[in-house]
Amino acid sequence: MASEFAVEMQDILKQFVTPEGGILAAVNHVTMQIKDGEFFSLLGPSGCGKTTSLRMIAGFELPTDGKIFIRGKEMSQVPAFQRPVNTVFQQYALFPHMTVEQNIQFGLEMKGVPRAERSRRVSEALEMVRLPGMEMRKPKQLSGGQQQRIALARALINKPEVLLLDEPLGALDLKLRKEMQLELKTLQREVGITFIYVTHDQEEALTMSDRIAVMSKGLALQIGAPEEIYERPATKFVADFIGETNFLDGVVRAQNGTTVEVDLPGTGTVYVESSRKFTNGQPVSVAARPEKMSLNNEIKDGNNLKGRVEEVIYIGTDTHYGVRFAGSHKARVREQNISQAHKEIAKTGDEVTVSFTRTSPRLLTE
Amino acid sequence: MLKFFRGKKGFQLFGLLSPGALWILLFFNLPILIVLFISLVERGRAGGIKLPPEYTIANYSQFFNACSSQFAGPECDPFLYVGIFGHSVRIGLIVTLWCILLGYPLSYFISKQKQIWRDALMILVIIPFWTNFLVRTYALKQVLATEGLLNSFLMNLNLINQPLDLLFNEFAVVVGLIYGYLPFAILPMYASIEKFDHTLMEAAADLGAPPRRAFWRVMLPMTMPGVVAALVLVFVPVVGAFITPDIMGGGKVEMIGTLINRQFGVARNWPFGSSMSLILMLLVLIGVVLYFRSSTEETRRAM
Repeated sequence: MASEFAVEMQDILKQFVTPEGGILAAVNHVTMQIKDGEFFSLLGPSGCGKTTSLRMIAGFELPTDGKIFIRGKEMSQVPAFQRPVNTVFQQYALFPHMTVEQNIQFGLEMKGVPRAERSRRVSEALEMVRLPGMEMRKPKQLSGGQQQRIALARALINKPEVLLLDEPLGALDLKLRKEMQLELKTLQREVGITFIYVTHDQEEALTMSDRIAVMSKGLALQIGAPEEIYERPATKFVADFIGETNFLDGVVRAQNGTTVEVDLPGTGTVYVESSRKFTNGQPVSVAARPEKMSLNNEIKDGNNLKGRVEEVIYIGTDTHYGVRFAGSHKARVREQNISQAHKEIAKTGDEVTVSFTRTSPRLLTE
Repeated sequence: MLKFFRGKKGFQLFGLLSPGALWILLFFNLPILIVLFISLVERGRAGGIKLPPEYTIANYSQFFNACSSQFAGPECDPFLYVGIFGHSVRIGLIVTLWCILLGYPLSYFISKQKQIWRDALMILVIIPFWTNFLVRTYALKQVLATEGLLNSFLMNLNLINQPLDLLFNEFAVVVGLIYGYLPFAILPMYASIEKFDHTLMEAAADLGAPPRRAFWRVMLPMTMPGVVAALVLVFVPVVGAFITPDIMGGGKVEMIGTLINRQFGVARNWPFGSSMSLILMLLVLIGVVLYFRSSTEETRRAM
C-alpha cells in the first residue's frame, strides 16, 4: 500500500541503559510524518534525539516501542540491509580499501546489477556530484568535500525511497559548507528523493528545509515550515534555539478578545495580540525578535517601553543595541544600517524608547 | 654510499641507526653466520665440528637424500627428512588455520565489550605467557592423558566406556600447539579488529549487504593485516617447534624442530642440524615473501 508519506514515525520510544544503570529515553514518544519528496530537517542541540531518530529510520537502532512506516510499509523491526533507504554518514564512512568506483557501485553490486550497467551508473553518479573521472582514486586521496560528494553518490545511485543525512556537512569548513548547502538543495529538487537531514545548525536547517522538526530532550517540540517555526515558535526553547529572541517575563492582567494585557513588573504594560486564551494572573513570556523592535521610533497603538542603552554593537549590516528597562527586563534591538552614512541612533547610556507592534511578539508559557 | 656518509644528514642517520644496527649484527647476523659455517664443515667424532675444519656440502645433500649419510642402512628412505619437513609444514598450516579460526571470533567478541571487560579479557589471554611454556605443556598433557582430566570426566559421565587415545599422537601435538600459540594469533588480530570502525559495517548494511557479505567485503579485508600478522607469528614458530611435539607426541611425532633438536643433542651432529636450520629458515622466508607478494598493498604497509 502506497502512502503519501515517505516516512511515518508513530509514537516512537527509544530507551537506552545509561552507564550508571538508569534508563534514558533518547527519543520520547515522537510522532512525525515526512511527506514524499520533502526536504525534512531534524534540528536540535546534541543529545536531543535527532540522530537516534535517523538511525531508527535507517534500521541501525530498533525502537523500544512505536512503529516506523516507510512508504506505508511497517519497517520497525526490519534489518537495515532490507530497508529502501540510504544514509550519508557524518564521517562519510567510505570503504577505505576500495576505490571510488567500488565504493559507489557497492549498493548495486549487492542488488546483483550487472557489471556493465554498474559502471555506467557510477559514471553518471560521478557526473551528478560533479566529480567525473574519479573512479580509480582511493577515498584517502580525496579532500573532505570530495569524500562528501562520493558518499552522496554512493547513496543516491541506489535510488532510495528516502535519503538520510546525518550532519553531512559538519566536517567541512564554513565556505564549503555554504556551497554544499545550496548544492544539496538543488540536487534534492533534481532527483526528487525525500531527504531527511539531521543538523544542529539552525541556519542550515532554515536555508535548506521544506519543513523542520525542532527536537529537544527526546521530544519533537514543533514541526513546521521554516517561516512558521521562526515566526510562530511554539515554545520558549524553539524561539530561543531558532534565531534570537527577547523574552520579557510578566503576568497576564486582562484579556479583551484577542488582545492580551501583560504586566511587565517595573517596566510597564504591553498589549499583545494572541488567539490563545489566558487566565488573569498567568505568568507569560513576551517573545519578541530583535529585528521586530525599533529604537526611538514610537509606534501608535503599539508598545513603547522606556529604557537605557547598555551596549552598542556594530556588525556591519546591522547595529545591535542592548537595552535595559526599569524592571529587570533586557532586550536586544537590531537596527539595519540602510543609510549610506552609518549613524548611531543612540549611544551607551542614552535614554531610549523601544517600540514593537502588538502583533509581532508571541506569548509563550512553556 | 660515500655520499651518504659525507652528507651531514646521512652522518646523523648513521649515528642514530648504528646502535640498533650493531645489535642486529651482533645478536642476529653473527649467530646465523656461525650456523652457516658449522653447516659447511664435517662433524667432529664426539660432536661439535672437526678441527681443523674441512669444508663440505654433504650436510645439505643429506637432507635431500637421507641415504647419502655414512650411517644409512640398506633400507633407508631417501626422502625421510624431506618427508618430515613436509609433515611439519602440514602441521604448521593446520595449527595456523585453527588459531585464526578460533582467534578471530574471540578477538571480535573481546573488542565489542566495554572497556573494563576488554582489558580484563585481554589480560586473561596474556596470563598464560607468565607461566613457563614447558609447565603449561605438561599441564595440558595431564588433561589429555589416558587417566587424565578429560578422559575421567567423559568416563564419569558414561559418555565413553574406555579412555580415548588422546595423547602421544598428531592430534595431541596439534592441540598442544594451538593451545600454545593461540595468544600470538589473538594479539595482532585484536589490534586490527579493535581499530576497525564499525560504522563501515553500518554503511555496508545500509547499502544492502547482509551481515555475512558485509563481513567478507568490508570487515575481513580491513582487518586482514592482523590476520596476516597472526599467520606469520603462528606459522613460523610452529613449523620449527620442538618442545610440544616432543612432550605431546611422546617421541612418536617427528617434526623438523625435534629432528634439529636431536642433532644438537643425542645425535651429536651439529653440522647436519645447522644445515637443516638454514633450510628451514630459507623455506619459511620464501613462503612469507611469496605470501606478501600476493597480498594487498594495504596488508604489506601494515606489517
